[in-house]
Amino acid sequence: MEGLTKAYPGVVANSDVSFTLKAGEVHALLGENGAGKSTMVKMIYGLVKPDSGRMIWKGAPYAPAEPRAARASGVAMVFQHFSLFEALNVAENVALGMENPPPMGELAARIKAVSEEYGLPLDPSRMVGDLSAGERQRVEIIRCLLQDPKLLIMDEPTSVLTPQEVEILFKTLRQLSAEGTAILYISHKLEEIRTLCDEATILRRGKVVGTCTPRERTAREMAEMMVGAVLTPPERAPRKDWGDTAPALSVKGLSVASPIPFGTALKAVGFDVARGEVLGIAGVAGNGQDELLLALSGEIRSEPGMVTAAGVPVGTLGPAARRRIGFVMAPEDRLGHAAAPDMSLVENAFLTGAIRKGLTRRGFIDWAATRDFAEAVIRDYDVRTPSSGAAARSLSGGNLQKFVIGRELSQAPEVIVINQPTWGVDAAAAASIRQAILDRAAAGAAVVVISQDLDELLEVSDSFAVLNEGRLTVPRPVKGLTIDEIGLMMGGAHGMEVAHHG
Amino acid sequence: MDFGGINPVVLIASLMVAAVPIMLAALGELVVEKSGVLNLGVEGMMIMGAICGFMAAVHTGSPFLGFIGGAAGGAVLSLVFAVLTQGLLANQVATGLALTLFGLGLSSLMGQGYNGIKPPLTGAVPFGPLRDIPVLGRILFSHDWVVYFSIAATALVWWVLKATRLGLVIRAVGENHDAAHALGYKVQRVRLGCILFGGAMAGMGGAYISLARVPQWTDGITAGAGWIALAIVVFSSWKPWRILIGAYLFGGISQLQLSLQASGSKIPVGYLSMAPYLITILVLVIMSSGRAKASLKAPAALGQNFHASR
Repeated sequence: MEGLTKAYPGVVANSDVSFTLKAGEVHALLGENGAGKSTMVKMIYGLVKPDSGRMIWKGAPYAPAEPRAARASGVAMVFQHFSLFEALNVAENVALGMENPPPMGELAARIKAVSEEYGLPLDPSRMVGDLSAGERQRVEIIRCLLQDPKLLIMDEPTSVLTPQEVEILFKTLRQLSAEGTAILYISHKLEEIRTLCDEATILRRGKVVGTCTPRERTAREMAEMMVGAVLTPPERAPRKDWGDTAPALSVKGLSVASPIPFGTALKAVGFDVARGEVLGIAGVAGNGQDELLLALSGEIRSEPGMVTAAGVPVGTLGPAARRRIGFVMAPEDRLGHAAAPDMSLVENAFLTGAIRKGLTRRGFIDWAATRDFAEAVIRDYDVRTPSSGAAARSLSGGNLQKFVIGRELSQAPEVIVINQPTWGVDAAAAASIRQAILDRAAAGAAVVVISQDLDELLEVSDSFAVLNEGRLTVPRPVKGLTIDEIGLMMGGAHGMEVAHHG
Repeated sequence: MDFGGINPVVLIASLMVAAVPIMLAALGELVVEKSGVLNLGVEGMMIMGAICGFMAAVHTGSPFLGFIGGAAGGAVLSLVFAVLTQGLLANQVATGLALTLFGLGLSSLMGQGYNGIKPPLTGAVPFGPLRDIPVLGRILFSHDWVVYFSIAATALVWWVLKATRLGLVIRAVGENHDAAHALGYKVQRVRLGCILFGGAMAGMGGAYISLARVPQWTDGITAGAGWIALAIVVFSSWKPWRILIGAYLFGGISQLQLSLQASGSKIPVGYLSMAPYLITILVLVIMSSGRAKASLKAPAALGQNFHASR
């Protein structure tokens, strides 16, 4: 790669980027959200054309006009958002990504053979819609492997995987690189890059800002190169005693059926959160996290006394009524649940901010105030967007997350419920989101953080509990909690490990 | 062997004929919807096919060329839809409805002067002695070629969608156009092809009404057959063989009500003639309610426009 430049209207995604990649090397492309990593690899894969610069592939000029040409030269790519078809089965999905697929029967046999060779068991006749995130990724990887690639591009492959699945993936990637396949690995998870990659190129705002050998650097050093500033761990103000008689949020014997198909019902969940306290709830996805958020936000109603706020039963109130008394919620699913994808940021700001920020006047929307609110969120939380009129869908995942969290936290809340606060967000933004949560807690809000990232929970929480198959363990103070004890609390929770996430 | 003045053998034979227009149109629409496009203009394309086919047959004297003309007429109208929705990214529902209105009006204009003319007849396929087999001969071997063509087309559509690369790509585009694009497939080109196929099939179905089933030209001759075809696609949950069953079912009901009217049934005519439409509504309500909905399996990208912005 030499001096590649790609400009989009309004932004230069890549400017004069150069790096080289040797056979069998695992090369990391590192950068924050919007640093231009994805654009870079799309150029290599032929999805977008560079405006200037050239690529050289095995000594010859390389300029793929379309993905087909890239595949023909031995470049394969595993996408960040899976490029799979849910209603088709595994073999059909694989066939779609190949140039000259063999007949289905033969292909199924080859899928089986390759999947076993690389320790990625997969049944070719299953529907992709029924597979877990990890299994789906296997489909993508096997699709690539069947074409015997010389260069494998992986765009943030681990963001949706459980720690065990990450382990399996890394084993596969090491095996591949030992066989001489070059791997271009895009991520902002620094610990992963340190364990896996040989070399790293660091991008910031579309430019190469440095290269390094990840094994010889600490995660902090790389993060600082990536962000271009010194990172500070979140600061915690000392807890204050607010002298309340009843906890700000109390949940007792909460049992509700799940409205989600194949969801997990909540079984007698109970906890108290006082003002200024942060309760961290851990657990592998699908153990009732979504249902707990719905029950707390009012989207699922329960018996009145199951949820009480400052001693007042609120179990039967809907979301709007709960917002009125000071609840704010940020669900995990950003597009569709936390934000309306095709509406602008201003409109999205209105949707949850209308009640607490008083954005209506005599039943009409006060657009000026709404715009001010949206712009304040964009400014305070460093949301990168062309304007507050941009559609929510057009923002990158991390930027939208910053906007959603910022919108909720700016409403002077009494009770905050957040599911996966930093999912898909880069290190610097994650740190600022965590800091914002702690600041809110210090200002007197009761906070419930549901997350799969143990390090994050241990960093922000005062007390810690684990949700497992719809049951919540008794919350315990984080201070003095050892890893072994956490392991015991996780109990049946199929082994989440610490220190996997950077 | 009559039941209340209705001969079941004749009823079955004639329902196979009655089902042909909606079956052809529904097969075409099935392929269109499988590629993720919702074209509500079936009625308009059918009636354009009816008039174009009628004109072609009258001028050339060949019923076969009439059907070709009908297919061409439907395809040309569907091209308008394709340009608007795929090229200019217009809303598919609105464009489809407009297409129907446009087709009805344009066909009426083109049909001026063709009222009361007899088109050349489409004869039955000569099966010789096979035709004289009792019962079976009348049901299976007494039809014109289009009836057999419609059954063959069902088999062909089923096979292409299930077993060929082309079918796989069509289904992929209809399921997730972003992923298909990321893999390097030409989403708009695939959809354009499917829309043209759907138009041609609807046009042929329309031509069958004006050339064989009625056979003459009057304004609004398709009388809602296009809407029934659309309903059948949903009823069949996007499976070609179920289109055949659905079309025969609806063909049977509309044929039965005609026979009942003819045999002087005591039920008022109005109720009989609305029966097919009532049953269409009923089927759709039952199928889209509750648990049955999950098994409908509509193509995930149905009705969504695609633009390769990123």
